[in-house]
Amino acid sequence: MGYTRPLDFEKDYLELRERLDALKDMAREKALDLGDEIASLEAKVAALKEQRYRSLTAWQKVQIARHIERPTTRDFIDALCEDFVELHGDRCFGDDAAIVGGLARFEGRPVTVVGHLKGRDTAENLQRHFGMPHPEGYRKALRLMKQAEKFGRPVICFIDTPGAYPGTGAEERGQGWAISQSLMQMALLRVPTVSIVIGEGGSGGALALGVADRVLMLSYAVYSVISPEGCASILWKDSRRAEQMAESLKLTAADLLALGIIDEVVEEPLEGAHRAPQQTFAAVRERLRWHLHDLEGLEATRRVELRYQRLRRIGAFEE
Amino acid sequence: MTIKDAFGSKPRKKYVTLPVYAEDLQYGAVPPVKRCPRCGLRTREEELAQHWNVCPACGHHFPLAVERRLELVADAGSFEPFDETLRSVDVLGFPGYADKLAALWESGRSEAIVTGRATVGGEPVVLGVMDSEFMMGSMGSVVGEKVTRAFERALEARLPVIMITASGGARMQEGMVSLLQMAKTSAAVGRFSAAGLLYISVLTHPTTGGVTASFATLADIILAEPGALVLFAGPRVIEQTIQQKLPPEFQRAEACLQHGLVDAIVPRQELKAVLARLLALHRTGG
Repeated sequence: MGYTRPLDFEKDYLELRERLDALKDMAREKALDLGDEIASLEAKVAALKEQRYRSLTAWQKVQIARHIERPTTRDFIDALCEDFVELHGDRCFGDDAAIVGGLARFEGRPVTVVGHLKGRDTAENLQRHFGMPHPEGYRKALRLMKQAEKFGRPVICFIDTPGAYPGTGAEERGQGWAISQSLMQMALLRVPTVSIVIGEGGSGGALALGVADRVLMLSYAVYSVISPEGCASILWKDSRRAEQMAESLKLTAADLLALGIIDEVVEEPLEGAHRAPQQTFAAVRERLRWHLHDLEGLEATRRVELRYQRLRRIGAFEE
Repeated sequence: MTIKDAFGSKPRKKYVTLPVYAEDLQYGAVPPVKRCPRCGLRTREEELAQHWNVCPACGHHFPLAVERRLELVADAGSFEPFDETLRSVDVLGFPGYADKLAALWESGRSEAIVTGRATVGGEPVVLGVMDSEFMMGSMGSVVGEKVTRAFERALEARLPVIMITASGGARMQEGMVSLLQMAKTSAAVGRFSAAGLLYISVLTHPTTGGVTASFATLADIILAEPGALVLFAGPRVIEQTIQQKLPPEFQRAEACLQHGLVDAIVPRQELKAVLARLLALHRTGG
């Protein structure tokens, strides 16, 4: 398993493991019998790793969620679906590379898949605006979802974006208008819809693909009203306190399940989706299959009603 | 134009002479004045209020308190509020939020929106007015719930809805619970709209973030006040992205009109008449 680009909290145990590997090599070269010592050290390193990952802070999860090697929407589509045909453009202005969408086959049935798409390196990220859509991206997504409705196909949305693109062109072409339409139309879609937050769920730009019958979230993904850096900068005038803010915002999958914002957490392998993508895909496939099957058993009007009631329950107030 | 104006080189005077009113002399106080940020004219607050806080010289729209906004739009005595007792709770245990709410309640404000039933030019409507002075008009659970209930009640009674918006966006202190109010309100508009009922929004300065990206821009007819800033991302975030200052006219109502994002710009003094006309044009069986 390659440990490229380790995160800060991984560094000490990775260093220990490297030393352990060196010790093993030496033992082999010199034909020393260090079996017991090595086994005991291995157990200790494994325990340290386990302890690290079982007690991740919110900020460490933010770092995993943003990891450049984390599987992207495109990786999920390729791993989970067959016969993917990408469809482009909003039919009004252009095609936004920050959102990918099209038709595919999932577990035998045709589906419409849509998701934010981050790049795998800086060059691709520049082309895809780091997965931050313009209005044409949201309009493309909505066009594909309405098409799914016409042909009676379920919709699967993958959420992975720092947020909607904050630029002049995006505003002038109606960023707010595009997002609000997406929220309203997704609430009314008559086909089954499942959204899954696979990495970073950044604010309204993420929610625009997240008004679904079921909302799932990978265990190290985050979903927040505003980035911890942005919030710390606005409320505390200090973006360096992002770590502390990440805790306050309650943006982890476990927090959001408890708040009723999401319906289910899909467990990632201990070291995160980017370290064991195949295992992650298998877990997601299983849960998507279950939820789609469950939703397909409901009558359309009932599904739309339940989707409304799901949103209707979200809110905390006294009366 | 006087002959003096032809000699433009003379520096403009930087002061104005305030008229002296007998009642002011009596109290020995100078009446409070407001300076127009656009043309610089100083107007007595009392006089400004008579003009619905619109600068008499250049037409600049100052903020207008919720109570005055109701007075401007609703027929006298017609407003019956909904859900006045809804209060925010500190759902996340967010640092400082509970204290902030307590201080605002202490000052007599209850939340960032009032909703209720009213008549406008004799036409019955459900009306919502946002209060930009309550935590910048941010949308948390209470705003989301009040807006949603307003649309649900209007759907049940088959009444048109008018929403007058002003907001800094989603309320960060309620985290994802506030973000989901965007989805909740949009879904409520969706149901309402699917029933063939009329929704008019009036975007006032500033309407931004999660309110722009939800119910504010889902209306059948979107009106805006002159000079209102209407956008999704914060201006400072955009400036950081593009690495330059935004021009003052960026995403103001006039620019939004030019880009096809709003139906019309309506000056405050004409708002009621325009709303009444639109309502009458949608009156069923009339």
